[in-house]
Formats: sequence, C-alpha cells, structure tokens
Amino acid sequence: MVWVVIKVVVIFTWALVTVLYITLLERKESALIQDRIGANRAEVLGLRLNGLFQPFADALKMFFKEDYTPPFVDRPFYLAAPLLALIFALVPVGAIPVADSLNLGGKEFSLSVIGSNVGVVLVLSLLSLGIYGVILGGYGSKNKYGLVGGMRATAQVISYEVALGLSLVGVLLVFPSLNLNEIVHMQNRYVLGGWVPLWGIILQPLAAALFLIAGMAENKRVPFDLPEGESEIIGYFLEYSGMKFGMFFVADFVEVLLLAGLFTTFFLGGYNPPYLFQDGFHFPWGGTWLLSPVWIRLIQFITFNIKLWIMVWFLLLIRWTYPRYRFDQLMDLGWKSLIPLSIFNIIITSGVMAVIK
Amino acid sequence: MRLFWEAIKGLGITGKHLIVNLWKFSLYYVGLSRDKGVVTIEYPEERRETFPRVRLRHRLLRREDGRVRCVACFMCATACPSQCIYIEAEEDPEHPLEKRPKQFLIDLGKCAYCGFCVEACPEDALRMDVHIPELAEYERENLIYDIEKLTKE
Repeated sequence: MVWVVIKVVVIFTWALVTVLYITLLERKESALIQDRIGANRAEVLGLRLNGLFQPFADALKMFFKEDYTPPFVDRPFYLAAPLLALIFALVPVGAIPVADSLNLGGKEFSLSVIGSNVGVVLVLSLLSLGIYGVILGGYGSKNKYGLVGGMRATAQVISYEVALGLSLVGVLLVFPSLNLNEIVHMQNRYVLGGWVPLWGIILQPLAAALFLIAGMAENKRVPFDLPEGESEIIGYFLEYSGMKFGMFFVADFVEVLLLAGLFTTFFLGGYNPPYLFQDGFHFPWGGTWLLSPVWIRLIQFITFNIKLWIMVWFLLLIRWTYPRYRFDQLMDLGWKSLIPLSIFNIIITSGVMAVIK
Repeated sequence: MRLFWEAIKGLGITGKHLIVNLWKFSLYYVGLSRDKGVVTIEYPEERRETFPRVRLRHRLLRREDGRVRCVACFMCATACPSQCIYIEAEEDPEHPLEKRPKQFLIDLGKCAYCGFCVEACPEDALRMDVHIPELAEYERENLIYDIEKLTKE
C-alpha cells in the first residue's frame, strides 16, 4: 500500500514537472524556429537562467487568475469537463513503464503505477474516454462555438481512434503481449551480429508513422487542431477561464507526454538503452559492464526520459511547422489513407509472421 | 508523394532554423560569441540604435558662460504648427539690450515633432537631438517642459 502511494506520488510528480517543462520547451522551440528568444524573464533570487523558472510562474499565474463561471452554463457538465479531460489524460501516463520491474525479496515490484497485464487495452480505452471532457466542455458551456468545437473533436477523435488501434495491431503481432513492460522486454533483442536492436520502429516502420500521425490527431494540436480552431471558433474551452482553462491546457500537454511515452514504449525500445540486459551492458564488440539492479533501473529511467524528450522535441517541431488541415482533408487522411494503410500493414505483417512460423 | 516530400522539406527548414539559432544563441549566452542569431532586441536592457537625424524631445542649448542661448525672438513659437511653445520674454538685467526668456514652455503632449522650431531658430538654441524616445507620463502636466527640464541633458 505504501509502495503504491510512493509510486503514485513520484510518477505523477515526475509527469507534471515534465509537462511543465514541455510547455517551456514549446515556447522556447517555437521562439527559436521563428528567430525569437522566447520567455526568459522569470527570476528567482536574481537567477534567470534564460527562463528556466518560467513554467512555475505560468502555473502560479494560472492559479491566481479570476475563475469566472458564466451564468448560462450547464453547471454539472461545465464543472466536470476539465476534470475529466485532465484525469483521462493523466491516468494512462501511469501505465507507461518508466523502468523495469524491481525484484525485492522474491517479489516483483512494478515501477509504473498501473503494472497491468492489459496495459495496451487500458491505455487505448482511457485515450478514447478522454474525448468526454472535450464534448462535455463544448456542450455544457452552452455556446455555439464551443459546441462546434466539441462536435469537431468528437468526429476527429472517433475517426482517428480506428487508425490508432489498427496501427498498434501490427506491433502486437510482432511483439505478442498486451503488457507494456513485456513489449519493452521483447524489443531488447539484437540482429546482424548483435549490432541492430529489434525496436518497433525497425520491425514496423509503417505502423510507427501511422501511430504518430493518428496520435497527433488524437492530441488535437496543430496540424489537427480543428476542435480549437483558434482563429475562427476558439473551440470547446471558449467559456472557461482561470484554472478550469488551465486544466484543459495541461491535459493537452499531458497528452503530448503520453503520445511521446507510448511511441517510445512501442517503437523506440522503451526504457532500455541499446545493449542493456538484465545484469548490465553486453556490447556487441565484446565488452561487458555489469551493474547492480538499482543502477540499471536508474539508467533505464534516464534513458526513458532522453527518448521521451527527443520524441517531444520532434512532436513540437511538427506542431510549429505545418498549418492546419481543412476538415474534409482531415477526414480523407483518416479514412482514406491511414485506415487502409494500417489494414495493409496488418495483412503484410501477419503474412510475414505466418511464413516465419 | 510529391507533397510528402515537400512536407519533409518543411520540417527541414524549421529544423534548420531551430538548430542554427540554438547554436548561435547558446554561444552568445555563455559569452563566446557576439552574434545573437535571433532578431529579438531585449528592450529595457538593449535598445535599437537611433538614427542621427531622428527628431525626438527638444533640448535648449546654453552659451559658454552658462546663459540660455535663446533670445526670446518668438520665431519658434511662430513657426510651430501645433502652437505648443509658450515664451515670456524679459530684459536681461546683467546684459542690457539683450532679451532672454523668462519662461519657455513646450507642451510635448501637443508637439508634433515636425522640427520647424529647430529650423526657425536663428540662435541655434533649440535642437531635437536627445536620443531618448521614452516620454510616457501619468499626468498631462508633466509633459509641459520648462527651461529647467529642457536644458537638462
């Protein structure tokens, strides 16, 4: 019980701090892409460090802003929506394995909060539940623009859910397990004289691309930000202010973290750096470097963070490069390209697997 | 397929901007380079250089012996299209036959910064070469500058 509480506190603190710094990375990266500097004024005890404390200033500002509830809203839905959006974004983060399970006194301790055997299904189902926050936010605020945003989000997320799930089927054919930790373990195999790791992105490149695109569409950020549509409809959070808006905002960035974490887990070998095994490094050029289990967990956690940040960096680069899709183009991409391609991927993968067997 | 290639190229462009600016700004930030890489001017600490012919706030010049150069001839007040210069003349008690301004007020709230007063001045007493663009005040009265304020560098 204590162990669970510690895990919850540590993992979700880690997740929220990471999310705060994702917002900083977003501001800094977009600034540098557009030849600007970005936020660098937040100061703690005379230390600026080029804006390293900015996320905390932002969070504080968000807490102290006026939280205005318009008189015409549907109160229960209006109040529940940001909570639902945030919860259904945060809970799947707990299912992502950040390090291998620890063996203490003959018992296995999973280091992720939800060490479930059906992690993939759990994550997918929670991802699709996340849309309820958006719909209820749009519906409960009794604003036409908000409702339009909510409906757009529904249509978009439902159509991309299919592609997201189908692209993962190929991965699950190659790594036959629903346990995320097991999937990471199965990626820790090497071919070509032990040099090339059999990561998901090498075995399933098409599925990786499809998962990334569908995941970004689930994320509802540019280039798939039609539910927001900043320039014309503001979107489902139009009537929200203060911390309620902040929750939608944070949920957005938690989903970025979630997408990056899932991509790392499924396609980039998860928390394992190349050549790290149960007892330490075994390099293909013959060297070995044995480590104690705790050190290995620490290295795995750091590796996971590095891979995660590379993915977040890439996602933000995409977000600041492309303009928004039109709605019919969005639907075309989802139904006419991604879903046929993912079915094609499943057929090819299962054919190859059958031949190998 | 062509569009796909273009999309990849777009990522390349933004990525190039990101990497180049990150590299240049990091060098600048740790003090290894003068080139900032980005176009931002961090205003209160850094300013854009003003051009030599820019017309900003007025300045009254003094002679070598410290007296104000202005002889209260009213040329500037006459030339002023927005009528923001108010002069009250008096006789200089120490130098007889010479006039001097008892009061010389410029209402910078009315001034259009056209520079006609500078052109009109026969004594070269008035110039607009104070290169400080900040003139914001909370009270309109603070924008009426007298001799004290105008002669201050």
